[in-house]
Amino acid sequence: MTSFFVNGKPVQVDVDPSTPLLWVLRDSLQMTGTKFGCGMALCGACTVHLDGKAIRSCVAPLSRAEGKHVTTIEGLSANLTHPLQRAWIELDVPQCGYCQSGQIMSAAVLLAENPKPTDKAIDEAMGGNICRCGTYPRIRRAIHRAAELASEGRAK
Amino acid sequence: MSASAVVGRREFIRTGAAIGGGLLVSLNVPLPGQTSDAFAAEEKDFAVNAFVRIGMDESVTVISAHSEMGQGIYTSLPMLLNEELQADWSKIRVEAAPVDKVYNHPVFGMQITGGSTTSPAEWVRYRKMGAVARTMLVEAAARQWNVEASSCHVEKGVVIHGATGRSATYGSLANAAAQLTAPADVPLKDAKAFTLIGKPTRRLDTPSKTNGTAQFGLDVSVPGMLTAVVARPPVFGGKVAKFDASKALKVPGVKAVEEVPSGVAVIAERFWPAKIGRDKLTVEWDLGPNAALSTEQMLRDFREMAKNPGTIAKKAGDPAAALKTAAKTITAEYDVPYLAHAMMEPLNCVVDLRADSCEIWTGTQFETVDRDRAAKVAGLPPEKVQIHTKLLGGGFGRRANPASDFVVEAVHVAKVAKVPVKVVWTREDDLKGGWYRPMWHDRFVAGLDASGNPVAWTHTIVGQSIIEGTLFESFLVKDGIDASSVEGAADLIYGVPNLQVDLHSPKIGVPVQWWRSVGHSHTGFSVEAFLDEVAHAGGKDPFELRRTLLAKQPRMRAVLELAAQKANWGSKLPAGVGRGIAAHFSFDSYVGQVVEASVEKNGAVRVHRVVCAVDCGTVINPDTVKAQMEGGIIFGLTAALKNEITLKDGKVEQGNFHDYQMLRIFESPEIEVHIVPSSENPTGVGEPGVPPAAPALVNAIFAATGKRIRRLPIRTSDLA
Repeated sequence: MTSFFVNGKPVQVDVDPSTPLLWVLRDSLQMTGTKFGCGMALCGACTVHLDGKAIRSCVAPLSRAEGKHVTTIEGLSANLTHPLQRAWIELDVPQCGYCQSGQIMSAAVLLAENPKPTDKAIDEAMGGNICRCGTYPRIRRAIHRAAELASEGRAK
Repeated sequence: MSASAVVGRREFIRTGAAIGGGLLVSLNVPLPGQTSDAFAAEEKDFAVNAFVRIGMDESVTVISAHSEMGQGIYTSLPMLLNEELQADWSKIRVEAAPVDKVYNHPVFGMQITGGSTTSPAEWVRYRKMGAVARTMLVEAAARQWNVEASSCHVEKGVVIHGATGRSATYGSLANAAAQLTAPADVPLKDAKAFTLIGKPTRRLDTPSKTNGTAQFGLDVSVPGMLTAVVARPPVFGGKVAKFDASKALKVPGVKAVEEVPSGVAVIAERFWPAKIGRDKLTVEWDLGPNAALSTEQMLRDFREMAKNPGTIAKKAGDPAAALKTAAKTITAEYDVPYLAHAMMEPLNCVVDLRADSCEIWTGTQFETVDRDRAAKVAGLPPEKVQIHTKLLGGGFGRRANPASDFVVEAVHVAKVAKVPVKVVWTREDDLKGGWYRPMWHDRFVAGLDASGNPVAWTHTIVGQSIIEGTLFESFLVKDGIDASSVEGAADLIYGVPNLQVDLHSPKIGVPVQWWRSVGHSHTGFSVEAFLDEVAHAGGKDPFELRRTLLAKQPRMRAVLELAAQKANWGSKLPAGVGRGIAAHFSFDSYVGQVVEASVEKNGAVRVHRVVCAVDCGTVINPDTVKAQMEGGIIFGLTAALKNEITLKDGKVEQGNFHDYQMLRIFESPEIEVHIVPSSENPTGVGEPGVPPAAPALVNAIFAATGKRIRRLPIRTSDLA
């Protein structure tokens, strides 16, 4: 039995602790917002936060989450109010949308660590997330926009 | 594959009460050779055959006959419908259509999303549906108020009788409207009166794609469902000789290991045990006839074949004579590899097979074909099979599979699983699973006159037919020519008086199919790269030569000029940066692109900026057009810089994103998209952005370095 927290709620899961966290989230906890893209930490579709750090859940064994806090796309905000979600909607970033959970979760860690990232910082932080639809130019713009929205929020 | 044939067919509009109250409107467009009787027989099913459903709760549900794979159709179709319906846009929801004749593509005669045809094909039908519904709602209000319908008007889902100040919402009128007879014909708004079409409109699906609630095929779960992965042969056409499941069956959670026609299915409680089980499976394969296939050998074979002309696809003037008398001739050969679609969501399919029914949940572009093939495997009549189309995590053509491979296999697995089952493909399964864009070889000879203008042009194409053996064969393969192999070449848009395009279609055991922009994905590259060579050989500016050759193509020329103007064609660039131009007509749309690129000392290519101009007729949602051009450009650049599927000893050598790489954000250029205003009917948008990207890039590399790239993907060793 592995015990950890998902989006603030305690959960207990009884599966092989070597199972990747991705499949625990998707198959055991029915939280399907986190996506499977490659299984080798190459595409970033499965990005979640483990104690605030972005990890690729497709290669992170469940055992690594023991006692820790996992945040998934479902936990980013209750009502689409996170600055990234607002910016993503404002600029209509997604096309097929499949990679976007991972994109947003990677961007959320970037903004938490660097509230006003440059293009270069964005390129570095987001380089592990593939988008086959080619939404990169919009992702870049939306991260800048989210940074603005967040700073407006802080100013209030 | 143009969709212009949609206009002018006889149409039958039916309406009725929705289950649970409200109004449904349905339009049946009979296929050639069908009569309205086919519709009459389906009348009892009418409740599900609708394009819009208006609920008493004011909800307006638009039913999409086409799949959403990122191209924005779940917003564009509602825009078309609501242009006429005039409901409150904030009340609009979208639902995927079930499989039914009513939702057949107005041109292709089956339920399908592809060929960049959705907007062109639905341009009339969805507006008409909106107009029918609005007319009936107004009529219902007018009857209640005992006034003339013509004295009422509509604002945001409310019918208003100005003279008496009365008003009623669509929801309150829906049941009364459902009792009325649908009008036989409804006039459509003049384009000048559009309030929604042509206005940048936010996508309806974006919120759900930013909080994890958007449901893709892979996210589906049904009660009692197991998950399966399939071990498939390492060589196309291989078969299971024997297998040993003993170790796989010992993995906790593995329920069964069963042979299916495509391989060996490991069926488990969840994905992970199924995958571990498959790792522990031992399969002995009968590799079959393709075990010696090698793309290196194919490349040599293709080049050899191209030395002789193939079957003539197009001949104008006398190219042989014109080449003999030309002041100068140039020859060049181009090669492009097999390419995988590599959608971010790997293939998957959920099947619940019962004695008398089969329910399927998947992201597909090909509902009718999938349904019919699934029915055959299930041993059920097609009407007993239903497909729930989920969001597609990318399609690019792969999810319209001519053999319905991922659906058919899942039904086979469900047969042996005897419970609902989800078949999941890993990334490796998906990339190694075939159905690639074919490998192509293009050989050109051009003859230039004394002033440097091309007067003769011959183009020999070598590559597999994607259409042969599919249900499109009868109308796309004529006299040995697969129209999709030569599109963008045989219909060369440039005015060259003596032209020959011929085709070799070798038969090779690698499954191939359409890939975003289809034949244009190779002809766009080779024609536009060669034209750049022709321009330089004749001492002409590549933009100016194209302009000259487009004298009779005003729309293409205007697009080219706009791209050049916005990119400041001819202006000075920083040292080491080159500018390349390309234009291509595909899916009835005109696209021109200018790429700025440089090459580092180690041969690595940097793409700095892409300027794109497009004429796709009337624009429905300008932001979607821009997004599709942006995406198409990245898709084209990815192929140019990164991608190839190669085979050695019959086996695909690539398996995941480390050896089949994607362009990443730090490699992604700035992209500007400019739209040419047009009042022509809408034309394709999802694919036409792809073809010019690769040639504009290699032309830019030539401008920067003087080196010609004639084989994709571009290798750093070509440029170091």
